[in-house]
Amino acid sequence: MESTISIKVEFSGGLELLFDNKRSHELALPAVVPLNNDTKKDVVVAEGQGKPADVAYLIAYLRDHLLQERAELFEEGGTVRPGILVLVNDTDWELEGEGEYALRDGDEIVFISTLHGG
Amino acid sequence: MPPRPCALCAKAKAMIKRPKTGQQICKDCFFYVFETEVHNTITEAKLFKPGDRVAIGASGGKDSTVLAYVMKALNERYNYGLNLFLLSIDEGITGYRDDSLETVKRNQQQYSMPLKILSYEELYGWTMDRIVSQVGRKNNCTFCGVFRRQALDRGAAMLSVDHIVTGHNADDIAETVLMNIMRGDIARLGRCTAICTQGEDTIRRSKPFKYAYEKEIVMYAYFKKLDYFSTECIYSPDAYRGHARVFLKDLEAVRPSAIIDIIHSGEAFEIKEEIKATQKVQQTCTRCGYMSSNALCKACTLLEGLERGMANAGITDRGTKQLRMQDAAGEASPTPDNLRTIPFFELKPTSTTMICLEPTP
Repeated sequence: MESTISIKVEFSGGLELLFDNKRSHELALPAVVPLNNDTKKDVVVAEGQGKPADVAYLIAYLRDHLLQERAELFEEGGTVRPGILVLVNDTDWELEGEGEYALRDGDEIVFISTLHGG
Repeated sequence: MPPRPCALCAKAKAMIKRPKTGQQICKDCFFYVFETEVHNTITEAKLFKPGDRVAIGASGGKDSTVLAYVMKALNERYNYGLNLFLLSIDEGITGYRDDSLETVKRNQQQYSMPLKILSYEELYGWTMDRIVSQVGRKNNCTFCGVFRRQALDRGAAMLSVDHIVTGHNADDIAETVLMNIMRGDIARLGRCTAICTQGEDTIRRSKPFKYAYEKEIVMYAYFKKLDYFSTECIYSPDAYRGHARVFLKDLEAVRPSAIIDIIHSGEAFEIKEEIKATQKVQQTCTRCGYMSSNALCKACTLLEGLERGMANAGITDRGTKQLRMQDAAGEASPTPDNLRTIPFFELKPTSTTMICLEPTP
């Protein structure tokens, strides 16, 4: 099994403002991550103690490593703040198991805020 | 998880879970049901008749951009026979409205619709930037809200349209119901769920997205790759609405039907006759001719306060009283002759050849 996976992340609807005003990001994530979504770079996952990197891990990772300001506008209680839509390869994440969706190499994850003015 | 087929066509892969129904459907079926529901809202409420001139209140944001797109599509698909216009209000907020108006100008081209932009500067002699520099960030939303409402009607009169449609969606209306309950604003609670409102002599105003969830509007814009602008206003946002909004989104996360249920509750409220009797009768403003519940309309009161350096005059009852007391005591010049006022409101311009539209970029 590969030790890292590459994914593409996109922010829109105003969320990009929290991420250095950059809409598109390419990331390399560890293929296997701790069960508690600890995103520290040097964390060691013991044999049989991890899980495949999933969207819940990605949210924690984005909060810990890419977010520039006001974390509470993005993450809340281990998931995205209500009012943020998530798409996994252009499909509503509610159809893909939400945070439990296991990421695959080449996946594209989009986060859209609906909270900005109409 | 294996891909699930669409609950409607059973052929394509389901791409969205509808918040209203929980149904899992594909992209094409989603476009079809979203558009058809808006069409049903329009026809059941009999919003338009053939030949109507309709202005779409366009801010460049997601709701009005999707509204313009869907109105154009439905007008063509079902032969509504409407003449559609884009109407934008330029509040004069540097770094916010100037950017979003660029989006509207692109929409003008993309949808080939005539565009009219009316600015606060032109109508009131004040931009929001200048208002904020005088009143600070605390009450500026009051000015902006009151001025925008009247500016939309006046812009619509300039276009001699019969009707203004706005992009208010189900989430917005549910929020407003909650806010009116929490504020005890019975008059507004009574009318905030109405799909169409009409003042004494103003233009009809309606909300074709009354039952459309924000989630679906955003997904629609995303799947159709529509060009919209999404930055928060740089001045302090409406804090009270902000709380209502967060509360509503939390409710929606637990039970998605909450939004439509709150609208339903708002619609079902009935106001007692004796409460109705205490509500102010609609009249016209003695200074500018716009509909008003007092001798002077809110916009004229606010503008006079700004002009006389007493910004509070239009915000609180006490401020208004102070202004009038000064008048009576002769302390301030009683409404100086050179005071900037709003041009008198006339519904239909006699000549439609005077309409000045934005040139296509």
